Amino acid sequence: MVEPNQLVFTDEMPDHYIMDINEDKHEVALSAQDVEVYYGAKQALQKTNLKFERYKITSLIGASGSGKSTFLRSLNRMNDDVGTVKGKIMYRNLDINSSDIDVYEMRRHIGMVFQRPNPFAKSIEDNITFALKQHGIRDKDELAKRVETSLKQAALWDEVKDTLHKSALSLSGGQQQRLVIARAIALHPDILLLDEPASALDPISSAKIEDTLLELKEKYTIIIVTHNMQQAARVSDYTAFFHMGEVLEYDLTRKIFTRPKVQRTIDYVNGNFG
Amino acid sequence: MNAKQVDKIATGILYTIAGFVILVLLALLGYILVQGVPNLSWHFLTAPAEAFSAGGGIGIQLFNSFYLLILTMVISFPIALGAGIYLNEYANQKSKVIEVIRTMIEILSSLPSVVVGLFGFLLFVVQLKLGFSLLSGAIALTFFNLPLLTRSVEESLRTIPNLQREAGSALGLSRFETIGHVILPAALPSIMTGVVLSAGRVFGEAAALIYTAGQSAPALNFADWNPFNATSPLNVMRPAETLAVHIWKINSEGIMPDAAAVSAGASAVLVIAVLLFNFCARYFSKVLYRQLTSSK
Repeated sequence: MVEPNQLVFTDEMPDHYIMDINEDKHEVALSAQDVEVYYGAKQALQKTNLKFERYKITSLIGASGSGKSTFLRSLNRMNDDVGTVKGKIMYRNLDINSSDIDVYEMRRHIGMVFQRPNPFAKSIEDNITFALKQHGIRDKDELAKRVETSLKQAALWDEVKDTLHKSALSLSGGQQQRLVIARAIALHPDILLLDEPASALDPISSAKIEDTLLELKEKYTIIIVTHNMQQAARVSDYTAFFHMGEVLEYDLTRKIFTRPKVQRTIDYVNGNFG
Repeated sequence: MNAKQVDKIATGILYTIAGFVILVLLALLGYILVQGVPNLSWHFLTAPAEAFSAGGGIGIQLFNSFYLLILTMVISFPIALGAGIYLNEYANQKSKVIEVIRTMIEILSSLPSVVVGLFGFLLFVVQLKLGFSLLSGAIALTFFNLPLLTRSVEESLRTIPNLQREAGSALGLSRFETIGHVILPAALPSIMTGVVLSAGRVFGEAAALIYTAGQSAPALNFADWNPFNATSPLNVMRPAETLAVHIWKINSEGIMPDAAAVSAGASAVLVIAVLLFNFCARYFSKVLYRQLTSSK
């Protein structure tokens, strides 16, 4: 299904292998073109070119400080205040990294969920409806419908349907994280960026989040940063391996985990690091 | 000596110090209340003061204190709120200018209140010809109150984790929307506590008012609520001796025969009012927090 770049296989393994997605056969939801990130004078991310297929889950893996979160946060301009992002990020034929983009409007289409659950200090219901109301949705039925569907999609509805007026802070960490996911999808985004969404959770909550992601794949393009390689292997279709601020390998997940082409990727996925 | 013994001794010393502080406070509070409370009566709380004869009250001074407090808060709270939001949410934290502003706020907050009073006297009372008036007093108290209130707003906002701001921006909300609907409500209980505590300070302030709001309490007509009439309680251009100034004045030059009793009673009222502020602050911030976060 995917045509890899023409590679000349010699005895030596390549330093980089970036799979290209054929846009005639696969719909690309988002593509990063020569994206570089600087924090002050320090370059945190080397030129990165990645395409993300629609309705697929792509994992970004790599050690801490490898630039994967930095890259993810650039994709919906969450790095604007802390660093400089160069290059193009193409979304529906628009470069969303250009200065004339309305970032607030853009973030309705490209939502984000963070590592630590960050519900607002409001009720469960208000957590979901608040942003909707700010974006001009006032109709009560519509709001109630969005609360219900988004909570169902995030697999939280059954646990909270009778306590929608209780504070979101009274939920457990795993429930809070699913609420935050529900809050993000209630806006009906196209793309969901998740920055280690399960790393602060226990294994059971983490498994629930994974199930949620597999369900959400039907309707959303998902890009997820994770430290957990089993998780990447279980949920994602594509995987990109980051190392020292650079993408070394990008391929189908099953290839990354069974036949990686770059030596460093082999070391990382096998746990022989350093 | 082993670690356990050291710990025991340290705990003992710390308990003693804390006990000493509490004892001093209780003694002070007890003395003021024991001396003052027997003098309190409805008449004392509502009647105007007498200059030469016994039996005067503190009605006008009490009203002036509250009115001045409200005026001061009406002027200083919006400014402090805006400044606090700017300093914590918008300002570039690394900028030199912001550093200078912070230092200046700190210096201003440690300015002796009598200096604020004399400055207010020269600028508002004399130069701007506001005279000894509630308005002069309120502006002087704003100078006195603003630095601390700004700091307290800023600190309240700082305790709200950045995750909340990121949550707002990730949902496509502007910084202003996030501050207005997420950050401020979350910080409100703590901001309210700061406001009420500073209200206590303002309420008990005397030195800044002696030369600005004045030391006389002309008779008021409590039937006349038109703020433009000279004897109306709401008139902001009238001189207005507050409770704290009244206490200072009786003790330095009071010639009424029951000066000691009036002073003790007025002090008790002042202390009780400040205590009430503190209790209200805690209660309201709890209720507010529950309301805003819908937690039970």
